[in-house]
Amino acid sequence: MTSEKKRSVLVQMEEPNLIPERDLGHIPVLQAKHLGIDFGGLTAVDDFNLAMGRTEISGLIGPNGAGKTTIFNLLTNVYKPTRGTVLLDGYDTAGKSMVQVNKMGIARTFQNIRLFSKMTVEENILVGLGNSMSTKLVTDLFRLPQHWRQEAEFHDKAMDLLAIFDMQKYAKAQAGSLPYGAQRRLEILRALGTRPKVLLLDEPAAGMNPAETEELMENIQKIRDEFQIAILLIEHDMSLVMGVCEAVGVLDYGKIIAKGTPEEIQNDPRVIEAYLGKQGVN
Amino acid sequence: MEESNLSEAVESSAASTSGSSRKKLSMPVRYLINAVLVAVFIVVGELMIGSGTITRYQTTVLEQVGIYILMAVSLNIATGYLGQLPLGHAGFMSVGGYSCALFIMHMQGTLGLTVRDFVTGSPAAVVLFCAGLLFGGVMAAICGLIIGIPALRLKGDYLAIITLGFAEIIRVVMLNIDGVLGFELTGGARGLTGIPSYTNFLNTFLVVVISLFLIHTMMKSRHGRAILAIRDNEIAAEASGVHTTYYKTLAFVVSAFFAGIAGGLYAGCIGVMAPAKFGFMKSIEILVMVVLGGMGSMLGSVLSATVLTILPEALRAFADYRMVVYAVVLIIVMVFRPQGLLGTYDFSLTGTLERVINGELPWRKPKKEVDEND
Amino acid sequence: MTFLTQVLNGLQLGSIYALVALGYTMVYGIILLLNFAHGDIIMVGAYISWIVMAQMGFHPAIAILLSVVGCTLLGVMIDKVAYAPLRNAPRLSILITAIGVSYFLENGAQLVFGADAKVVPPYFDASPLSFGSVQLSPIALLTIAVTVVSTAILTFLVQKTKLGKAMRAVSEDMGAARLMGINVNTTISFTFAVGSALAGIGAVLYAMAYTQATPTMGIMLGTKAFVAAVLGGIGSIPGAVIGGLLVGFAEVFVSAIGLSVWKDAVVFLLLIIVLIVRPTGILGRTMNEKV
Repeated sequence: MTSEKKRSVLVQMEEPNLIPERDLGHIPVLQAKHLGIDFGGLTAVDDFNLAMGRTEISGLIGPNGAGKTTIFNLLTNVYKPTRGTVLLDGYDTAGKSMVQVNKMGIARTFQNIRLFSKMTVEENILVGLGNSMSTKLVTDLFRLPQHWRQEAEFHDKAMDLLAIFDMQKYAKAQAGSLPYGAQRRLEILRALGTRPKVLLLDEPAAGMNPAETEELMENIQKIRDEFQIAILLIEHDMSLVMGVCEAVGVLDYGKIIAKGTPEEIQNDPRVIEAYLGKQGVN
Repeated sequence: MEESNLSEAVESSAASTSGSSRKKLSMPVRYLINAVLVAVFIVVGELMIGSGTITRYQTTVLEQVGIYILMAVSLNIATGYLGQLPLGHAGFMSVGGYSCALFIMHMQGTLGLTVRDFVTGSPAAVVLFCAGLLFGGVMAAICGLIIGIPALRLKGDYLAIITLGFAEIIRVVMLNIDGVLGFELTGGARGLTGIPSYTNFLNTFLVVVISLFLIHTMMKSRHGRAILAIRDNEIAAEASGVHTTYYKTLAFVVSAFFAGIAGGLYAGCIGVMAPAKFGFMKSIEILVMVVLGGMGSMLGSVLSATVLTILPEALRAFADYRMVVYAVVLIIVMVFRPQGLLGTYDFSLTGTLERVINGELPWRKPKKEVDEND
Repeated sequence: MTFLTQVLNGLQLGSIYALVALGYTMVYGIILLLNFAHGDIIMVGAYISWIVMAQMGFHPAIAILLSVVGCTLLGVMIDKVAYAPLRNAPRLSILITAIGVSYFLENGAQLVFGADAKVVPPYFDASPLSFGSVQLSPIALLTIAVTVVSTAILTFLVQKTKLGKAMRAVSEDMGAARLMGINVNTTISFTFAVGSALAGIGAVLYAMAYTQATPTMGIMLGTKAFVAAVLGGIGSIPGAVIGGLLVGFAEVFVSAIGLSVWKDAVVFLLLIIVLIVRPTGILGRTMNEKV
């Protein structure tokens, strides 16, 4: 890794949350309080609490079926929570649609990649950038000068975003025809295009080889530094989680069972138990 | 197959980003070239009609080709671009047709225009023609809005069946409304007769070309991209800030609007409006044009609408067999080419021209080594 | 006409719609296909009865048998020729193919039999039965009875037999069913066979009541039966019956108050209202996309 890894000091917020010291002056950008959801009597997530600093990178780990993706769906209002609140920059997201939540500042990627696969790579990014476009339908229909100005401006913006992952050469390619890793990267860029305050990445390294994962790790930090946003990621690749995250939460059966710095988590017996079962501890 | 597409696309992206090495046609030049071609087509057509090379009957068939092109392309907005399956497109056509015809019939007397004025194209007649078409389009769009709001909450086949239902309701209303109103409006089953023939080859194709241009510009803008994004992945579109309800309704309403315009042209071209012509089967006929041409391909819709309008006319001698043959062709095409004849391929004349002036073979992209390390 | 007669008429018409709706529901339930050709299978069934009785002069029982068997074979054949090659194609392509088959049957029938209506002779002596002062149509009673029995048999078939379980498994998850050793193609063929046999029964009952066969008779009948299936909740057997009866009663009721020209509009309006209130129909299950 070229860039020096940032070691951060975590500060205790209201129980049991931690945020990086540098973000202390501001309210946490994303907060979840006692979040929970039941599916037909089955509790999928219960009493989930979270507070994220404005420039924090944290990870959510846990065995399969622990409820990680469900939490992302709760944070982005794909599901309506049964209990609890989500605050984005202090604003309650209850009752907001997915679109409104996105416009408020949460962008996400999906575990099973959801690209606009028949559109080109550039068009995928442009859909994300649509949040910042303003032309009226009439302007576009009759190709008024403002239309051309905006298209040119956003073409450049799209190319700048693609440059983050060095993907400009794919601009005109159909998104669905990209290699798997490139599709994952494109999804991240599309989410970034919506100008989020918080970026949620659902298994960003899935299907990537170690070299690609290494590169992704650097890029996640680069994105945070450049855009000054918070990033929450779900990941099974421990090298990525431990390498890039400042704080890590461990989820099991829909509940947070441990939380702390990567070092603390690695040595927490409860975590080992959740992953390996009771025998693993002995 | 996918691989080669990718490397070609990478090639052309590289070419377009590197810039200076490649001559590009500016947008005004591209539009000009297309405008000139359209002008040539219309002038040649007019000359051939004037000289009698194209008969009166053939002219009517040509006008219908234009009308069905507009019907197919407008339906393609909702199917190919938005990815929904409305089965009531003929309903919008009939609303537009009746509205436009009634508007023009009533205003014609008020303005003191005769049928001759539509032929010579006096300014007042031209204004009335445009106003009538717009009125028809707007009425159809309003119906589209009324149908779209409940229909678009449903998914897939439920949307299909609800649009089918609405179109049937429109047909029954057109059939029986006179009895409720107590005066003659639509003429019931007998139909609306005495519609002045306000369309001709020139104004039909001008309207069709302008409509196609507007549909094209809408789709190649942020609004069109939002519609395509919904088709490709609705959840991802929503998560990317695309107002799905708004854009679905927009696509639906625009689709209905242009079907209404086509209906207005149809009323003037045929001269009679009868509810029986706008049943479920008409909607299906138009859907077949779209699917056969390739969903999401404007060129596909244009070509298949042209062929499928001319073919039955050309096969009049075999009238008994033509619908059976038509059905068999439909099944065979779907079994062997489910994505339609052209898939989503769209042809850009100016794009091809650009390759020619850059010294490339227009039908083949240049071969070069592409790094495939990703 | 007395109120009781109207109720009986509603039940009779509703029963025919229900039988046809069951066919739609079964095919839709298993391969998510809106089988546009289903209505036209009924048309073919009616023509078979006409050929067997009016042209060949055979006994009505043979006509009934051949109608049902003919419809069953036709349904299975349509699936094999037109739908099976498209199992993995986009759903819209299969739908267009179904429309193509429907076109083919309608225009083929027109080519062979001509556009005019053929009169199907009565299957049996249908003079009204008198119960005191009340006169009841035996055809209506038979129609209702046949529908009740067919629905019962179908429910038993789907719920209790091995083939029924296979059908339900394939409709839940075709891939998983295949992995569990279920022969998916046989199961789908069987579904088409059952659905089309019901269409054949429907054809006979329809021909008894309306004594006519025309090339286009399947269109409206099919469309309304499909509306009935959607209304009741597509994929659900009791739903199809409820939907069929609702559509039947709505039509008879609207006609009874002298608005028969509006009856089609009322049926579709009913559908729209139900779908707005319950987007998957009265007994339909909601399906959520996994994110």
